[in-house]
Amino acid sequence: MFSKEEIAQRIAKEIKDGYYVNLGIGIPTLVANYIPKGINVVLQSENGLLGMGPFPFEGEEDADLINAGKQTITTLPGSSIFDSAMSFGMIRAQKVDLTILGAMEVSETGDIANWKIPGKMVKGMGGAMDLVASAKNIIVAMQHINKAGESKLLPKCTLPLTGVKCIKKIVTELAVLDILPEGGFKLLERAPGVSIEFIQQSTAGRLIVEGEIPEMKLD
Amino acid sequence: MINKVVSGAEEAIKDISDGATLMLGGFGLCGIPENCINALVSKQVKNLTCISNNAGVDDFGIGLMLKQRQVKKMISSYVGENAEFERQLLSGELEVELIPQGTLATRCLAAGYGMPAIFTPAGVGTEVAEGKEVRNFDGKDYLMEYAFDADFAIVKAWKGDTAGNLIFRSTSRNFNPVMAMAGKVTIAEVEELVEAGKLDPDYIHTPGIYVHRIFQGKDYEKRIEQRTVRKSGV
Repeated sequence: MFSKEEIAQRIAKEIKDGYYVNLGIGIPTLVANYIPKGINVVLQSENGLLGMGPFPFEGEEDADLINAGKQTITTLPGSSIFDSAMSFGMIRAQKVDLTILGAMEVSETGDIANWKIPGKMVKGMGGAMDLVASAKNIIVAMQHINKAGESKLLPKCTLPLTGVKCIKKIVTELAVLDILPEGGFKLLERAPGVSIEFIQQSTAGRLIVEGEIPEMKLD
Repeated sequence: MINKVVSGAEEAIKDISDGATLMLGGFGLCGIPENCINALVSKQVKNLTCISNNAGVDDFGIGLMLKQRQVKKMISSYVGENAEFERQLLSGELEVELIPQGTLATRCLAAGYGMPAIFTPAGVGTEVAEGKEVRNFDGKDYLMEYAFDADFAIVKAWKGDTAGNLIFRSTSRNFNPVMAMAGKVTIAEVEELVEAGKLDPDYIHTPGIYVHRIFQGKDYEKRIEQRTVRKSGV
């Protein structure tokens, strides 16, 4: 089974040279630590920055320079800053190549729920609905099963939706899966030591297994 | 040049009265109009509708207005950092309309550009779409979202001049320029106010035509919400 860091590491392999990438909060944020060496990637922060750099050194924090998670950050050579409307304009116009975000549930038709649990305090959707509705390429980083062992990859989401028919790829602690245009989770890779049977029993939605399923590689 | 300068926050907000709809710039606590918020707290105006991406924290930003029960309704995209907010929401004292962040920004933009509505795919097929007109363009569904109609927009800039031109600094720009364009009356507080002519026209983010009142703020705290650092020498 993969740790959160390993999920992030696996997702990072999907990032290609020249990509503009938006990373959500949680596991997606960790992806920045594993971007392959030697490729040029620009991170977008939807509060209005392209070219997000690492956290500042102690004592160099700037209250005016934060990311979408409200953390103090830095800029990099070539960074640019813009207002919130332009930030979501470039997202809506699909200038951002890849969006990586977390989810509480994903359905076999590509619906995603990640912003609201009825009965609990609702914090809001932030930019998640804009991102999932517009991005051409979304990878979801999520836990395959919850603490009670119940699947979060479902025939149909039970929680209020963030977006419909928008997710095409998922990386979990157990597996890498594509969601097919006609529906269904197609198993592509499994985490080291995880059996297809276990993935099957951990996937409530329709799982499609064809041919040999290799173990995920991180190097 | 038309002079937009007022003496300070008290004068800038003097005609904001109970029941007004306000836009407040900022993202989290970054780039919020601290001086005007403090003046609104002192003035104790009530039943306000506040359009702002976030709702501050318990003891800073819009949280200060919430604590005094000055806010009737919040229109925001993310409000999770405030315990008093949560209490008022759960008890029904506070009305909250959550809308996608890009929709929030673009509804401001529409108001500033004189457009009555926009079409966005954000929220299609979700509860955000309830009661809204859906239009299909080129095979994809979009929601019609109306331009905001705010009595006042209150923004914070880094530098401004007496003609009301504004320059923002770093990511404290966020919602400030689009809200500045969107208010019937726009109030700008700036860290440094200079004479018209001192700012290079090529570097103005918000032209003074959108700004009705400007003043140099004081005692900026600029609180950091999540202080994240790396160790030096690594």
